Amino acid sequence: MNADQMNPALYVQLLNLFAGALLLTAVLVLWRRELSVIIRVFALQGAALGGLVAVLAAGQGSVELGALAAGVLVLRAGVLPAFLRRALAEAGDDRRETRPLVNVAASLLAAAVLTLLALAVSQPLVELAPSPAIRAVPIGIAVVLIGFFVLVTRRRALSQLVGFLLMDNGITAVGFLTTSGIGLVVEVGVALDVLLIVLVLQVLAGRMREMFGGTDLDELRELRD
Amino acid sequence: MTVALSWVPIVAPALVAVLYALAGWRRATVWLGTGSALLMLLSGVLLAARVLGSADRITLPGPAARLDTSSFLLVDPLSVFMLIVIGSVAVLTAVATPSYLAAEISAGRASAQTAARHNMLVQTFLAAMALAVLAADVGVLWVAVEATTIVTAFLVGQRRDRPAVEAAWKYVVICSAGISLALLGIVLLNYASLRTGTGAGLSWVGLTASAGHLDPGVTRIAVVLLVIGFGTKAGLAPLHAWLPDAHSQAPAPVSALMSGVLLAVAFYAILRVKVIADLALGPGFTQTLLLVVSLVSLTVAASLLLAQRDYKRMLAYSSIEHMSLLALGAAVGGGAASAAVLLHMLGHGLAKSVLFLGAGRVLQTTGTSRIDQVRGLAGSQPGLAGCLGLGVLALIGLPPFSIFASELGIARAGLGSASPTVGWATALALLLAVVIAAALIGHTSAMLLGAPASGPGAAVAPVTLPRTTAVALGLGLTAAAALGVTAGPLTALLTAAAHTLTGAP
Repeated sequence: MNADQMNPALYVQLLNLFAGALLLTAVLVLWRRELSVIIRVFALQGAALGGLVAVLAAGQGSVELGALAAGVLVLRAGVLPAFLRRALAEAGDDRRETRPLVNVAASLLAAAVLTLLALAVSQPLVELAPSPAIRAVPIGIAVVLIGFFVLVTRRRALSQLVGFLLMDNGITAVGFLTTSGIGLVVEVGVALDVLLIVLVLQVLAGRMREMFGGTDLDELRELRD
Repeated sequence: MTVALSWVPIVAPALVAVLYALAGWRRATVWLGTGSALLMLLSGVLLAARVLGSADRITLPGPAARLDTSSFLLVDPLSVFMLIVIGSVAVLTAVATPSYLAAEISAGRASAQTAARHNMLVQTFLAAMALAVLAADVGVLWVAVEATTIVTAFLVGQRRDRPAVEAAWKYVVICSAGISLALLGIVLLNYASLRTGTGAGLSWVGLTASAGHLDPGVTRIAVVLLVIGFGTKAGLAPLHAWLPDAHSQAPAPVSALMSGVLLAVAFYAILRVKVIADLALGPGFTQTLLLVVSLVSLTVAASLLLAQRDYKRMLAYSSIEHMSLLALGAAVGGGAASAAVLLHMLGHGLAKSVLFLGAGRVLQTTGTSRIDQVRGLAGSQPGLAGCLGLGVLALIGLPPFSIFASELGIARAGLGSASPTVGWATALALLLAVVIAAALIGHTSAMLLGAPASGPGAAVAPVTLPRTTAVALGLGLTAAAALGVTAGPLTALLTAAAHTLTGAP
């Protein structure tokens, strides 16, 4: 995008810094097993996403985008991590991701493969309009893929929730990097939906704990063919 | 006037939801839900008359006109047809809901509070679906479809026992992950749309008009994500695993709505995406994608139906089958197949809601959802058994029911297609459909006609079918049969909607 509102070199550097932080935090979620640490890393990622949008806003000199950046920061670095922390406090001693389906070393390897895959898949996206912001899109896609990986390989209700939210962070990043967002109505609707989904899953996790005595998803085996 | 009318199907159920939240479940509010369902259907019919009366598709400037879209609602033959599908199934389930809830309350499985919450959530669910089909913008459609997941999560988990909570968890996690992929697709589509420089944004009309300028590389990725994402919500492979759990655990009227219309609403999104994809990428791309998805889902449904032990899960897998047939019809493309796909949606909605409502009654009277523990229903509850039998016959596509006409339409278009791949895929799909039909007939006839269980406690007093449930079942079967004989005044709407789908701008 045009960067005449701020020093172009600084704009690109900051953009890459925050995009890098986005990817790094996603990988950290895979690496750590302590759920409280995972939530802290997730909050950090929310802050990086807010920073990314703020840099785009500064680059384009757009006040509206600046307001959206503040919204992203509040929701993803403040509200959502607070919900997760509350869910964790209710969980009692359920504090570690004990037995992921894929161990940590293999997960990190998978993250590397997924990042390469994201780079390969997003070639057509970058070619359409090469600019510093668009060049960062593959990182957003990589975060989506890593989030999906967390969702399918982790066995705790809370870690699945974090996986879902990682996907959503990645999608939000792609949205802002490509087109500075998808319209205010939709943006607010999406944020509201995500918030409600997290609340619903939190309530369900609570019921699960009442009935199964834990949130190990391996316990979910009543329904099968 | 038309603007106000097009808001009725969204606002009426939303208002009734608020009333249920405030007034609770009491004598005065029992039939409010039925009233709003009737209003939805009525406004659908009136809008259909107006749409067909005006030569062009009409787009209405909504109150959101000053936001970045120039109009908020899209009223064209396709969205009006979907509104009629939602309205018809909503009426059937709303008529049967009071007696269902009364039976649950008297059995001590629910309280007046649960009933009020049930109705509040169902009405919100209806409002969200109406918004999804009337939205002029892909983004708003996404928000509405995701809202249906949120609302129905607590309906699926209503019984609060282990299987219900498990089903609700899987439902929310799988559906919201799948639908997130669709959101990524929408974001990329928006990017491609922005690059065309036409200012089309994400509105269906604008995207269709500027589809020829969309970048093929980006659009291809977006379309794959959109088809998989909305396909998740429509119960298509590879992310279909939530469906049998959710449909078997939800209360009967909710299962009827989820299977009869929610799947169709999600599929409606795929149909609209296909129009744009065909214009941007040529027809081959989505055709291949949908054929693969359809055959894989059909195979899954057939293999799990053969040895099925639970009759609500049996109906759920049959929904996967019918969604695969819709995907097949959409892949075939063309006017005749598109009209058949739309008719199939309505026919499936009617037949499946009759069956889910009937199955809910069987569960209430026998206390089990196992096929092998329900025997001799024709002797103990002849009325219910008759409706279930006819419903299954309608479902597997016997005349005079409308599924016969629509399956025939899809099959003829598929076998007559110029592309041999489509022909072979159709033949394979028909074979799988026959296998599924045989499995359904086998399981159902065992339940209806098998020798009743003997032994201590086996003698059960005959149970009568509540009058309102009987009315709903009879109404659904009659409508399905009447549609099969003649689509009547719907013919013009079907033709016009199929015209929208074949991409004529």
